[in-house]
Amino acid sequence: MIAIENLQKSFGKQKVLKGINLEFKRPGITAILGPNGSGKTTLIKSILGMALPDKGCIRFQGEDISGSWAYRRQIDYLPQIARFPENLAVKELLRMIQDLRGGQPDAERLIGLFALQPYLDSRLAALSGGTRQKVNIVLAMMYDSPVLILDEPTSGLDPVAMLHLKELLRQEKEKGKHILITTHIMSFVEEMADEVVFLLEGRIHFQGGLQELKEKYDATSLERAIARILREGELGFSSNGHGEKAAKLVLKAL
Amino acid sequence: MFKILKYSFFDLTRSRWLYIYGAFYFLLTISLLWLGGGLSKAIISLMNIILVLVPLIATMFGVMYYYNSREFAELLLAQPIRRNHIFFGQYLGVACSLAISLLLGVGVPFVLYGIFSSTEIWNFSVLLLVGLFLSFIFSAIAFFIALRNENRIKGFGLAILVWLFFAVIYDGLFLLALSLFSDYPLESFAIGASLFNPIDLSRILILLKLDISALMGYTGAVIQNFMGTLLGMACSLGVLLLWVVLPALGIRWVAARKDF
Repeated sequence: MIAIENLQKSFGKQKVLKGINLEFKRPGITAILGPNGSGKTTLIKSILGMALPDKGCIRFQGEDISGSWAYRRQIDYLPQIARFPENLAVKELLRMIQDLRGGQPDAERLIGLFALQPYLDSRLAALSGGTRQKVNIVLAMMYDSPVLILDEPTSGLDPVAMLHLKELLRQEKEKGKHILITTHIMSFVEEMADEVVFLLEGRIHFQGGLQELKEKYDATSLERAIARILREGELGFSSNGHGEKAAKLVLKAL
Repeated sequence: MFKILKYSFFDLTRSRWLYIYGAFYFLLTISLLWLGGGLSKAIISLMNIILVLVPLIATMFGVMYYYNSREFAELLLAQPIRRNHIFFGQYLGVACSLAISLLLGVGVPFVLYGIFSSTEIWNFSVLLLVGLFLSFIFSAIAFFIALRNENRIKGFGLAILVWLFFAVIYDGLFLLALSLFSDYPLESFAIGASLFNPIDLSRILILLKLDISALMGYTGAVIQNFMGTLLGMACSLGVLLLWVVLPALGIRWVAARKDF
């Protein structure tokens, strides 16, 4: 479905992606993990054509995506920060995206699921952070595209909404979709993901199943396995100092 | 692109500031017409205000709108839409809503005053046309600058600096050059130099139409000679159009190469 070859990207002097080779062939949920600044969002944005690669190539269904836009019809994307035109009402925003994309989305079911009916006529500026995130999820998931990319979908959600999101993702997975998720919540990954891609310092450190990851690093839980990867990374990257810093930061966060 | 334009426009028509902007022109024009005495006087007073205020407000609105809709643009970029269309749509949305505020704010009082039965109608039309051009020119420049600068404060500062340059500093340098080289024939230099500043060009266009270029002395007479003709008029309008097209091409160029 999506194949990435030797993807490289720098912002100024900072090399964010240092040659990523990745392929998403099998449908299912893939969690993209890594400490802050490891290049997760840049990788996702490159797939969407929002960040333009310095080197390398991304193919979507076998076609190079550079310069094209129509392939995005097949991708639903949930951005990390949910901010919309302040003066529009929720209903108008939904209608607008529908108008821009065409097709027949199924927003009603999702609006009901996340109990958004009372907010349909409110201006987006008046909504709380969590409610915005729910609107964001409805916008991203109301279409039935074969690829679903979610950047930190869990941020700001209350436990009930979180349950609904998980249920929704399971349903989408059963439909045979490719779902890419970035998150920092390990329990979410353990519960949902079929495959894990671990990014560190702009390189892929591990790609494979959850069980495989745990076995490879001889750990009882995902958190421990990741702590191991980071410690390894610390040793491997200690020559340049950055890896060490990043690894320490994440170990603290874990 | 027209869909994006439509939604940007609707989004902006709900912003209070646009109404304040239109209402300001409305009240100003009414007081100039009914208290200031006469159409031609009101046109000249309005000219001085429009030439400074329209570029300033267009610059600020353009920069603010771009930065405020930054995250939303990201959402749009992930949709199956061409990049160019997103930013052109947003730019045209800002420019059109500013233009309509100006058109209604200034136009309605003049119509009520009876501009259609007056001989001043052409002078008034040139004033409005120039105001519309300036709205499109400066919001395009503002969008271009904002697209190039991720840092909001830097973008804002730079955009205001560009406005200040064209509205104030350029004239100062122009005058300085004229007085320093007053021993030389400077007429063609004067014409050339005014083409490079859309605000100056607009001012000359209106003054020529008002037939008060005699106030500008010999140079004025030469400019009148050049621009008073149909060719000169077409030339200046063409250059104004170029002032819209160039920053718009800039927007396209930056948008195609930018990472979001």
